[in-house]
Amino acid sequence: MSTHLHNQLHNPSLLAVRDLCVEFATRKGPVTAVRAVNLQVAKGETLGIVGESGSGKSVTSYAVMRILDRAGRIVSGGIEFGGMQLHGADEATMSDLRGREISMIFQNPRAALNPIRPVGKQIEDVLIRHAQATHDQAKAKAIEALEKVRIRDAAKRYHAYPFELSGGMCQRVVIAIALACRPQLLIADEPTTGLDVTTQKAVMELVRELTRSEGMSTLLITHDLGLAGEYCDRIVVMEKGEVVEQQDTKGLFTAPAHPYTRRLIRSTPHSAATIRDLLPDDLRTPLPPAVAVSEEPLLEVKDLVKVFEAPSSFIQRLRGRRESGYRAVDGISFSIARGESVGLVGESGCGKSTTSAMVMRLLDSSSGSIRFKGHELTAVSAAQFARTPQRRELQMVFQDPHESLNPRATAAQSIADPLRRLEGMTDGAAIRARVEELAAQVGLPLELLDRLPHQLSGGQKARVGIARAISTKPELLILDEPTAALDVSVQAVVLNLLADLKAQSGMSYLFVSHDLEVVRLLCDRVIVMRAGSIVEEGPTAQVLSNPQAEYTRELLSAIPRPAHLPGHGAQAALVVGAGAA
Amino acid sequence: MGHLSIILARVLQAAPTLFGIVVVTFLLTRALPGDPAAYFAGASATPESIAEIRAQLGTDQPLPVQFVRYLKDLAGGNLGQSVSTGQPVADELLRRLPASLELTLSALLLSVSIAIPLGVLAAVRQDSWVDQLCRFVVTAGVSLPTFFTGLLLVYVFYFLLGWAPAPLGRLDMLHITPPPVTGFLVIDSLIAREWSTAWSALKQLLLPSITLALFTLAPIARMTRAAMLQALASEYLRTARAAGLSSSRVLMVYAFRNALLPVVTTLGMVFSFTLGANVLVEKVFAWPGIGSFAIEALVVSDYAAVQGFVLSMAVLFVLLNLVIDTLYTLIDPRVRIEG
Repeated sequence: MSTHLHNQLHNPSLLAVRDLCVEFATRKGPVTAVRAVNLQVAKGETLGIVGESGSGKSVTSYAVMRILDRAGRIVSGGIEFGGMQLHGADEATMSDLRGREISMIFQNPRAALNPIRPVGKQIEDVLIRHAQATHDQAKAKAIEALEKVRIRDAAKRYHAYPFELSGGMCQRVVIAIALACRPQLLIADEPTTGLDVTTQKAVMELVRELTRSEGMSTLLITHDLGLAGEYCDRIVVMEKGEVVEQQDTKGLFTAPAHPYTRRLIRSTPHSAATIRDLLPDDLRTPLPPAVAVSEEPLLEVKDLVKVFEAPSSFIQRLRGRRESGYRAVDGISFSIARGESVGLVGESGCGKSTTSAMVMRLLDSSSGSIRFKGHELTAVSAAQFARTPQRRELQMVFQDPHESLNPRATAAQSIADPLRRLEGMTDGAAIRARVEELAAQVGLPLELLDRLPHQLSGGQKARVGIARAISTKPELLILDEPTAALDVSVQAVVLNLLADLKAQSGMSYLFVSHDLEVVRLLCDRVIVMRAGSIVEEGPTAQVLSNPQAEYTRELLSAIPRPAHLPGHGAQAALVVGAGAA
Repeated sequence: MGHLSIILARVLQAAPTLFGIVVVTFLLTRALPGDPAAYFAGASATPESIAEIRAQLGTDQPLPVQFVRYLKDLAGGNLGQSVSTGQPVADELLRRLPASLELTLSALLLSVSIAIPLGVLAAVRQDSWVDQLCRFVVTAGVSLPTFFTGLLLVYVFYFLLGWAPAPLGRLDMLHITPPPVTGFLVIDSLIAREWSTAWSALKQLLLPSITLALFTLAPIARMTRAAMLQALASEYLRTARAAGLSSSRVLMVYAFRNALLPVVTTLGMVFSFTLGANVLVEKVFAWPGIGSFAIEALVVSDYAAVQGFVLSMAVLFVLLNLVIDTLYTLIDPRVRIEG
């Protein structure tokens, strides 16, 4: 340990990665995932690595931990940690270091925990492994670690399994495991992706507080420039396996040197005044004229309720007992006018997806009414709804562009599916012509039409999903987080496509999202939901600039918003943004 | 919900299944071609004597009447008389069931103790020689039918080498069957301190067990390998590695315990099909088991025996599923909630 400290005095950087190259063996030969990466993390510093999918940011961190999977290999370069050469260290040395000197927290915390081991035991495993506790004290120390990450009732939670905890709680447990042995470096790989904004804020602030109090260094890997901007001292931008820019946070936002950084900053919705601002200059066309919103309501939802019955056990049924159900949607009412686009916002579990599924008639409501163009939709069961003429006029774009496409159907077949089933088209040539027309409309190159989903990129798959949804010329399109799984630059293009399509056809949108920034750019009106009820509703500009409900204020303040972002920031841009969308 | 109430619920859920099996076996045995009365009356029987036997058997009554009588007997624990052996079916089954169970259990014990380590090693050292060996064993195990491996083993170890005893049942003629306690000869003779009897019974058991084990090895090894591979690629395993846990702990506590669930499911399936389907092994080794008894009964339309066999198998399967469900709740905490 003393040589350790000695080294640090002479070498201020705790971690130094030099000319790192990582290759993956694939069937088509080796693929270079990381090319000549250089970066340093100083003691006590928080460094962010920002990049889109495939940029090699996670691979770099796995290489530092030496936990690349079987196919991955460090080809050249050096990794120095506290004076030790990690790239050549043997597995025994690495396994001693991991968890004790360098720890890691991951994306998707629930999957990152052993599903069948109590969380307290999982913390104990680490403590005992690194001789931080004997078997007798392990339990007390594990509970202490849980208390440190602010888990209430830690002694009770010690026995909990991951499936009994919320996503945010699971991430706290993962952090407790990572920090149990007070490592010098914490690597956080997309630690809050998939968590709600308020949970994200709580988790990030916890990480910041704990690492600062212990003087730890942090390496934050994220796709979210806003998050990195708020929590990092310095930011490294990676693209396609290479570092393109490396600056202190303020400098990066105020004077980005590399064009890719500029493009990334631009695609981040925080700073955009209008939806067109997200696009690079060469793609920017004038905004489409705003669609006239008519007075006549297209969709009217009244006192809509969905109760999920608790699964009662066999014995309970024998005794004639039933538990009262869970009210996922608890009597909500709203309407959407023709040509209007309405954002439905809330955190996971608030009932927004259940609401959209009921409006879409994928799910039967428990009570209440859904009137669409004067027809009562709840009169027909969800199972029968595909046979009614309203099916064509009510379509949906799903959240995951990959999972929502049939993996065995080509893009053209997916787009043609509603044409055959709902429009009753049978003539192959006519269908092909219509599919090509739709592809042109969503900007999907015609030569991609005969590809299967896995041969398309995320953005291309999103376009297929949108083309399929608009193929029957629906009047109401339900968009369920259509860009949540996409990189920001792709999200920018897809959002603009959606705005253009709306301007061309006069469709109405019900835009379900957790991202208030995106809603700001695309929607006329916004509905904020919490625990099955509507807490606030109104014109987007008004709700976001002058929120009335405490919960809306909480949501808005939880959005990471680096002080250095150029221009407006969400609040200032509101009036312009809503007017344009 | 506690363990006990889950188990109670499972037992209650099995009741309709068992009743359904009673109805179906009753109807199916009646639908079989052939008249047992004609068969037992012999070739030179007159219509009168056949009718007499039919009245004795009760098969001259309408089906509902026969069924009610059958149910009444069942309620009293009476499975009826086997017409071919003249013994009560319940006695026959109780005598033969332990023989089948002894064979199946020892075969499963053998195959589990080979297949699970093999599958685990094959997954951990993917594409190494262990993995290749696993692949070979799995392919050979599925593709070689039991009567072939059985005969091959008898030919090599009895006929050529003379190491194994003659494949003639559970015990050679020189030894006396020990007083039954468990019904398993090896264990019973150990209890009775008849060491040479135990050794002889064990030698008799060895070849048929290996035959059956070779066959059951394949699905278990295969499932273990697949489940381990899945667990090894999981995110929680990456967390465990990133926390520096020792490789033995990562492997046993984090990977293997998670991989156990599908393995236990496979074990249950393998156990059920070997218990009923080891007729071929029983035939090759003249093993007085339940499978060969059922086949003989079926050939002569021995209604009571066939019904008794199917019913006892059904009860066994229900018990087996109960054991597996209980194991589930012990391995996976998530199952307890779903109940």
